[in-house]
Formats: sequence, structure tokens, C-alpha cells
Amino acid sequence: MTTPDAPVRAPALEMRGITKRYPGVTANDHIDLDVRPGEIHALLGENGAGKTTLMNILYGLARPDEGAILLDGQEVNISGPSDAIARGINMVHQHFMLVPVFSIAENILLGEETMAGPIFLDRREARRGIVELGRRFGFEIDPDLRVGSLSVGWQQRVEILKALYRDAKILVLDEPTAVLTPQETEEIFAVLRRLAAEGHSIVFISHKLYEVLEIADRITVIRRGKVVGQRLPAETDEDDLAELMVGRGVQLTVDRGESHPADVAVRLEGLEVKDDRGSIAVRGVDLEVRSGEILGIAGVAGNGQDELVEAIVGLRHAAGGRIGLQGADITHASPRRINEAGVAYVPADRHRFGLVLSFPVADNLVLTDYYRRPYARGFIRNDEAIEATAEERIREYDVRTPSADVRAGTLSGGNQQKLVVARELSRDLKLLVLDQPTRGLDVGSIEFIHRQAIAKRDAGTAILLVSAELDEILELSDRIAVMYRGRIVAVRDGRTADKNEIGLLMATGGEARSPAAAIGPAV
Amino acid sequence: MDGLINALYSIPVAGVLFQLAGYLVNVVPDISPLILQAATPIALAALCGVMCERAGVVNIGIEGIMITAAFVGWYSGVLLVPVLGTTAIGPFGMSLALVVALGVALASGVVISALHAWLSISVRADQIISGTIINIAAFGLTGYLNNLIAKTSPNGAGAFTQFRPPREVTDIPVIGWILNMFLNQGPIAMSVIVLVVIFQILLFRSRWGLRSRAVGEHPRAAETVGIDVIRVRYRNVLIGGVFAALGGAYLSMEATNSFQQGMTTGRGFIGLAAMIVGRWSPVGAFGAALLFSSSTALGNSIKFSPPSGDLGTILTSLPDQVYDALPYLVTIVILAGVVGRSIPPAADGQAYEREAAT
Amino acid sequence: MTAPSSSGSPGRATPLLAQIWAVIALPLISILLALLVGAFVILASQLVLPGGNLDLLLPLTAYAALFQGAFGNFDALVDTLISTTPLVLGGLSVGLAFKAGLFNIGAQGQFLLGALGAVAAGVALAGAPPLVAITVALAAGILAGAFWGFIPGLLKAVSGAHEVVVTIMLNYIAIAVIAAVVGGPLRQQGRPEAITPDVGNAALPVIIGNDGHAGIALAIVAVAVVAFLLFRTTLGFEIRIVGANPDAARYAGMRPRALTILTMSIAGALAGLAGAVVVLGVTHLMTPSFGTTVGFDSIAVALLGRTNPVGIVAAAFLFGALRAGASLMQIKAGIPVELIDVLQATILLFLVANPVLRRAFRLRGVKAGLETTETITKTYAGEVAPR
Repeated sequence: MTTPDAPVRAPALEMRGITKRYPGVTANDHIDLDVRPGEIHALLGENGAGKTTLMNILYGLARPDEGAILLDGQEVNISGPSDAIARGINMVHQHFMLVPVFSIAENILLGEETMAGPIFLDRREARRGIVELGRRFGFEIDPDLRVGSLSVGWQQRVEILKALYRDAKILVLDEPTAVLTPQETEEIFAVLRRLAAEGHSIVFISHKLYEVLEIADRITVIRRGKVVGQRLPAETDEDDLAELMVGRGVQLTVDRGESHPADVAVRLEGLEVKDDRGSIAVRGVDLEVRSGEILGIAGVAGNGQDELVEAIVGLRHAAGGRIGLQGADITHASPRRINEAGVAYVPADRHRFGLVLSFPVADNLVLTDYYRRPYARGFIRNDEAIEATAEERIREYDVRTPSADVRAGTLSGGNQQKLVVARELSRDLKLLVLDQPTRGLDVGSIEFIHRQAIAKRDAGTAILLVSAELDEILELSDRIAVMYRGRIVAVRDGRTADKNEIGLLMATGGEARSPAAAIGPAV
Repeated sequence: MDGLINALYSIPVAGVLFQLAGYLVNVVPDISPLILQAATPIALAALCGVMCERAGVVNIGIEGIMITAAFVGWYSGVLLVPVLGTTAIGPFGMSLALVVALGVALASGVVISALHAWLSISVRADQIISGTIINIAAFGLTGYLNNLIAKTSPNGAGAFTQFRPPREVTDIPVIGWILNMFLNQGPIAMSVIVLVVIFQILLFRSRWGLRSRAVGEHPRAAETVGIDVIRVRYRNVLIGGVFAALGGAYLSMEATNSFQQGMTTGRGFIGLAAMIVGRWSPVGAFGAALLFSSSTALGNSIKFSPPSGDLGTILTSLPDQVYDALPYLVTIVILAGVVGRSIPPAADGQAYEREAAT
Repeated sequence: MTAPSSSGSPGRATPLLAQIWAVIALPLISILLALLVGAFVILASQLVLPGGNLDLLLPLTAYAALFQGAFGNFDALVDTLISTTPLVLGGLSVGLAFKAGLFNIGAQGQFLLGALGAVAAGVALAGAPPLVAITVALAAGILAGAFWGFIPGLLKAVSGAHEVVVTIMLNYIAIAVIAAVVGGPLRQQGRPEAITPDVGNAALPVIIGNDGHAGIALAIVAVAVVAFLLFRTTLGFEIRIVGANPDAARYAGMRPRALTILTMSIAGALAGLAGAVVVLGVTHLMTPSFGTTVGFDSIAVALLGRTNPVGIVAAAFLFGALRAGASLMQIKAGIPVELIDVLQATILLFLVANPVLRRAFRLRGVKAGLETTETITKTYAGEVAPR
């Protein structure tokens, strides 16, 4: 662990032998980590490797079973978030910790209020302070805007301002780029470099190898709760890091092979869909997906993708336009009719639409066919047939479960997703809709699901893939459509698409970028 | 003028509507204080609801808190009169016994709320089930004790009396009626408007309000900036208990001076409806409570002094029970009309677990 | 994170006794603790009352009378069965709604309307052949109750108005409706007080003892029907899925709105049947103040029975016994019948606080105290009203 720094400074933060056990799993197993003043230190690991647990311990949200935390060489006991904040530790969480119905100012103030007297807030003074702070870091912000109306990129900035407002010495960012475009990522990186130059210490949590190589001064890799290595970016490369992170030689991208698109399977014509609040979220989308191709929809989360997908599978009413499935009009068909017509759906939120967690695995595997023979005779359930099919699908899709009778909620995230995939894919399909199919999964499960998708494509199914992870879109799609503010602003060939161009289209829709557009509502 | 009115009244069908309007103009000055009186327990229940739910705790035990406070207030009075006497010590017919009894009633509300807070915040039980248990327990216990006591039929400590604004003030058209509505009242009814205004300002302008709302919208976010979610929730539920208890005490210590079994008759639940219709804001909830109570006051007015003419014939031909049921009907209709557009705090009803799960 | 440990799920090899213990441990402990609390209430209330003298044995006297009144002889046992019958039906009503994620606090109102419907039909057919009179009267009660359940179901499905507030309002409206109808169109001529005529031939036949009416058998049939509906039919599956996850139900092609309306109507029908059974089997007529505690007891029954039909029968029998024995307790020990409500609430309180009980009694592997669905609180303000 030699470093090029000449006079070795005391670490701003040192975590020694941190261990945290939860029932059935050791989330952190004697983890050591040190971060120097002015350093950007990357913490690399898969989903579920224990990165977030470690940072929750640092932030006082969880208590370690063993180990010590040292700040500037002094051992400290962090009793909770307010204690962490008081000690200069701040965290930008993966899922933003912002109150959507509050203004930017209210969100930043919360917990650290500027007061006029003992009871009332001094809003004017607070606003002034926030605007000034924003200017210092190059953000021009209107503190009265509602956070819920901001784009994710701007919400990220509010999170960082929130930390800076609290005078953060150590800033932890948990997967900060997961929902950003490449350009937004660059902007955030610039801010981070500037903060590091001013002497802030930064812990950057990620599972994206190239990002870590780009931004970090040092990289610590953890796997299954243990530190498995430390590297300097100059001494390593993506393959080395990937092997450390996953524990075996991995092929990070699935070989997608040649696609053989046939006739148009799905045709959207002038589709308009409203969101929950009744405003138009999908504005006249025309799109075709051919049998035997994967069409990827790239876009920053919240640009109408969810509404588009939900309209196609029948969960949301189309306000206008037409959806055709191999010539048949399914625009206003019920979810059941669409399902029976050969459309399958792997939802972004499997706990919401995909599974009934309190019900047995077997019931979940027939959730969409329970009323059909052989699972029902008339209106009487046939438990034997349900059980038999469940056993078969569990075997075929390698779902790790003690039996078909346990509740779906007891399975791991990866196995839950396999359950959804097993149900949706084990029949003849015309269209498969994959909405964020690998969010939050480990590398093994991601690989499995990608292979399944390609197999279905090669079997002649049309596949519509929506993902906020641009990398996933680029990896799988035969064609890429970019969605921006409810419109498809561009369609590119999947093999020749340029990542930066797609990113720019995602961020701006191809228009010249104005500050107003950047800060305005994200649909 | 009279000729015109008579002409309007005699139009077939539509004339009845004019007669209704005429009746309203006639009775509103008289019943305006009654509207606030009927609104008082509903509004206080609604304030309790706002206080709890803004911090993310659903409280359907309000009805139970109210009946408990109504009983405890009245019965404390019974026990205190022999000790403290009934000498008036201030305006509104206040006696020491009455004031202390009110204090005990409010304390009982806090105790019951503490049970709900413990079950729904610490034990993380289903909040609606917890509230239901509180209602069953409160009705059972007050009914049980009341039955035991009823054998002795003791005298209470009396009730708070109303302030009588001078006639010169109340006779002014419109303004006088409004003043009459707010001034021709006892201390609890009069305090409602003050509580509503203070609560409204604090909820949206103070640090406490900001933090309470954050806890009800996104408790995890509140915790990450160092706010103790559990403590904020406990505090709000306990303060809410004071509001509900005040509403219960109003029934047995100001509106009447006795306790009857089940005397809250659903007002706690109507208060919840007022809270929803009023979009979880104190002023909105108060407005909705006034709307609901107007139907009660009008129903009573029609029952006891029905209008004349065709309208009167129609209205008096309806059974009295129609007017008894009127506030409940109005509540259902307004709630069903408004509820879809009224968005609750995002974390309303969700238990909060402190430590991160992964 | 990793493969699930199988320790959390009951294996098939668990001995039967252990399985039974797992189900009844918490209810049993809760009931015993509640009796202790009840004893404390009886003792404490002697102190609070003016001029009361402390009788330390009063709780024992009271409980002995309670037991005697419920099980003391054959007639007492029949009384217990008679009190149990409407609680079974009401418990099924509330329990079925729970399965669909709905909280039917309105069983009371549906019960009252059911009773009214049955009396109206019964009075009209008092002279008809018993089979016709009874069938029509029961059907009228079921329909009236179903209608009173249909209203909150419809309002929830269409506007999102939560059934908790709506059904409570409907309970009060039901009281007014009964007073108006019994004091008006159904009033028996020539009587000084408002009271309906007797239902005559529509009265249920006696099948056990002096007054054990046929409603007892009806309740048993209803348990079997509801259990079959819930666990063996596709409709029951849909009801349970909607209760557990309305969004997934919608994707699976079920119709949460229609199911909400249907379930509330069935729940209303069951509570209405309870009311019909009481008037046709016990009172044979109605007064304007006709009222019982059945509707609210049913909530406790459904919760204690963990919304399961068999559990509901057991819970209904317990509360039926308490209700049947309560009058003797009042006569012999001077304890108001409302003590039963206190006991009920305390039992539920301990069940809800089951994590605390588990720690205190070192219980392992026993089932949770209450089974309800999260959906109830989630749909509270109509935000997540199933589409």
C-alpha cells in the first residue's frame, strides 16, 4: 500500500476492522478503509457487496458490531446522522433524500435551519445563503422551486449543495451517477474534483469500472463484505477490477450476436399518455419494434418511459393515438387481453407490479394464468396443476428457493426477478417489455437476464427494453430510441451509436441547452 | 318588496328553491353561533388528525380519545366539586373544580394518545388497527364506569358558560352575525379559531412545522439530516391528543354538563373527513368542519322551527330522522366528491424503522 | 442478499402439536393477560367510585358468574351458541373484507339493515308457509345488508373515499333509518310505543334446547362457503391477491375496483344475514332502539381469528360466551356488561403488541398476532385507490 504522496498526511477518515452482521448474512467483515484529506477514494463493489452498509455505519444510521472509526486520527463514536453531520461527514444517498413537495430551500435548510428567533424560520436569509452557496460552486438556482419538479440531475446538485451547506469535510456519494447522463456525470465529476482540490475528502461509491478509473485517486474493492484489494488507477484496468469485484474472470458484456429482424410486431402511432397527476407524459410517440429485434429506449428517468410502457401493457389508459400488435388494435384493451395476445412484461418495480410478496412462489408463477386450464376448472382452483407447473418453472429458470410453497418475499432480489422472468418468458410471445430489468441485481443475475432476453430475441420475439442505465441499452439494443420529455427525439443503430451523442440527446433532446431548460420540470 | 318575494315563492317547483333561500336568510343570524358550536368538536378532532398525519401517523382513535376526555372531564368535576367547591373564579363561569377537571381531561387524552403512539410508532402495529383498539377500549371503559357511577347519579361541576356579546354588535347585518358566531360562545368554542390560526402559522412557518412535515413526507430524508423521526412523531401524536381531548371535554363540560354513553356520536370520524376535505391544513380542516356543522345546525333548525309554505310542507313531511342523519350524509357526499383530489402526506400511515435494512 | 435461510418457513416435518401451539400461543396468552387486566379494572374501579369499599374477591366472583352464565348448564351453553352465531357471520364479514384489504367497520350498520330487511319481509309474510316466509325474510336481510356494504365499496372504487370513514357514517345513518322505519311504516298499530309486529311464520325453527334456533346451522354453512370461496375458487384467489397487492392484481388481469365493490357487498350480505338471524331467531320483532354490539364485536372476532374462517369460529365462540355470560355477571357481581368490551380491547391490544409478548415470554416460531393487509392503511386517503 505505497502511495506517491511525499509527506504522508494523517487520514481524514479511517475505518478499522468494521464488522456488521445481520441475521443470516455478514454484510461487512473486518473492512479497513482510509481516506486522506483532498482525496477522492472510490469504493467499488457489486450490488449487495456491503458498500452501502459500510457507509450507513459511517453516517451513524447503523451500528457496527466490531471495529473503530477514526477522524483525523481520533477515535470517534458516531451516534447518529446528526452526530455525523456535526463531525463534518455528509452523505449523498443513492435514493435521493429529498422531500419532493418541499422547495429547494426547505430541503437544504431542513435540520440546519436559519432561524429568526426561537420559533420561526428566517426564509429570506436562508434563501440568500443558498443562492450564494450555489454561485460559489457554479450552480445558478432558484431556491423556491419545488424539488419534485426538478430533473434528476438537478436533484443531485441539490443533494450536494445540502451537504456543502452543512460544511462537509468528508463527503460520501453512493452511486451518484446511476441516473445521470454522461454529460451530467462529467459536470458532477468537475464539482467533485473542485471540492477535492479545496481539501474535502470524498468517498465515491460505484460499481461502474470506467467511472472509478476516471475519477478516483485510489480504489478499494469489496466483495461479499470483505476488502479484496486496493489499487491506484494508474496500476490497474477494467478487467483487473472486474475480476476483483466479482471474484472470477467475467465477461462483462454478453455476446449479443446477430439479430434478424422480421416484420413489425408492435406499432405505436401518435401515442399520448397522461401521468398520475393528469398531465401529458407521453406526447405523440411513433415507434415500431420488429419481431426478432431489441429496441432500447434511452432516457433520463421520468421522461415518460414508465407511462409509455404501462400504456403498452394495458396498465394505463392511452389518452390518444394507437397501439397495434401485429395488426390488431390493443390501444384500449385490458391487461388480461394484452397478456393473452402475447405481450409479456418485466416491470421496473417488481414489488409493485411483478410479484405478490406475501404469497407463495407457486401462486406467483401462475399469477397471470390462474384462471385458465389446467390451473382452474371453471371457477375452482386446481392446486396440483399449479404446483406441477411451479416446480417445472423453478427448475427451468434455476430459481433458488427451498420449495414452491415459501413466500416470494423470502427470496433474494435476484431470485425474485428470476421468478418474474420465469413467469413472463415461459410461453410464446409476440412482444416482451423489459423495464429496468436488472436494476439492483448482482452481476450473475444481470448476466442471466441478459442471456434470456437475447435468447427470446433470437426466437423471434420483439423486445422493448427501457433502462436508465445507458450502458445496458448500448450493450443489448439493436436499435436505440432516445426519449426526452415524452417524445422520441432520435433513433440510432445500436451497434454504431455514440455514447456521448446519446447522452447529449438524453439531456437536451437535441435542442440547444439553455439554463431554463436544464432547471425546468423534468416532465 | 314583499310582493316580489311572494311572486318568486309562488313559482311552481323553482319557487321552493326561493323559499329555501328566504328561509336561510331568516335563520342564519340565529343559528350562526350554533354552527360554530357544532363545528367545535369536529374541528378539534380534525386538528388532532392534521397534527398526527402531517407527521405520518394515521389516528382513527380520535373518537376514543374524545369519549375518554368527555368522561374524565365530567367525572373529575364530580369528584373535585366537594373538594374545591363551585365558586366562580373568572369569566365563563369558571370554577377551580371546572378548570382542574379540564386539565385532567386533557391529560387523559395525552395518555390515550401515548398508547396509540407506542403501538403505531414503537411496536409498528397497523395504525388503523391500533386506532380501532383504542376506540373499543375507550367506549368499553367509559361505558363500564358510567354504568357503575350512574347508580349514584352524582352532580357534575357544571359547565363553562357562554359570553354574551352586546346586541348592538350582533344586530349589525352580516358582520354582526359573524361576530355573533365567534363571540357568543364558551371558552373552548372560542379558542378553536385561535388554535387554528396559530397551528396554521406554525405548521408552515416554524422549524417545528418544517420538521413535522418532513417526517410525514419522507422520514428517511429527515433522519439523514439528523432529525429524530420517532421523537417528532411521538410529540405530534401527544399534542394531537390534547386537541382531541379538548373536543371531547367540550361535549361534557361546555355543550352540556353531563356525560352520556357514546356521546361523541362519530364526531371523531367526521373530523377525519374534515381533515381530508381540508387537505391536511388546519384552516382547510376548520372550513370543512364548518361546512359539516352547518348541515347539523340547519337540520336542527328545520326540525324545531320549520319554514312555512310549500317548502315547510315538504320538509315537515320527512321523518325527523332524516335531519338526524343529515351530518353523516353530508360527510359522505362531500368526502366522496373531494377525496380523489386531496393528497395525503407521502409517508402517512407507514411505520418507520430506524436502522437501514441492508 | 444471499439464498434465503429456510429457518423462517415452517417445514412440513414440524409435529402437529407444535404447529397448533404456534397458532394458538399468542391468542391464549393474550386472553389470560386480558382477564388479569379485567380483574385489575374491577378492583381499581371500586376505589375510584365514591363510597365504594374494596372487595378483593370481586373479580373472582365476577368471572365465576361469567363462566356459569356461559357454560353453567345446557341452557347456558345454548345461549352461548346463540350469541356466537351472529358473531361468526359478522366475523366472516369483517374477515373477508380484511382479505381484500378493506376494513369493514360498517358491519354494525349492515347488521342493522339486514335485521330491518328481514323484519320487513317477515312481517309481510307472517302468515305465509314457513318455508317461503323464512327463505324470503333471510334473503331480504342478506340483500339489505349487501346494499349497505355495496355503498362504501362503490364509493371507494369510484372516488377513493376510504371505507373507514364512510362505513362509520353509514352505521349512524342505519340507526336513523331503523328509527324512521320502525316508528313509521312498520309500526304496529294500536301500541303506545313504536314496535313492529311479530314475524310469525318467518321465525326460525328451534333445533337445540329451548331456543337454539336454526341460525346456528346457517352460520356453520356460511363458514364452509366462505372458506371454500376464499381458498378453492379463482374469485377467492382474486380477492386475496387484491388485498395483498392491488397493482399486481391489476397487471394479472383482475379488476380491483369490481372486486372491491363485490367483496364489500358480500361482506355486507354476511353481516346482513347476521342481523336477519338475530331478528328471525331471537327477537322476532324490532324496536327503534334495536341495537347490539355485534358489529363491533365482529371486528375483534375477525382480528382474533386472524381473518381465517376456522379461527373466526373459535374467536366468535369465545366472545359469544363472554356476551352470554355477561348478564349473569351483572346480576350476581354488579359488574356492567361493558367489561366485555374492555376485555376485548385488551386481548387485541396484547395481540397487536405481540413483539413485546414474544420477548417477555420467550416465544419462538409462533405466528404473528394479527393478520391484516398493509393495503388498509395505504389506501387510507384514497391516494392508492385501486383502479
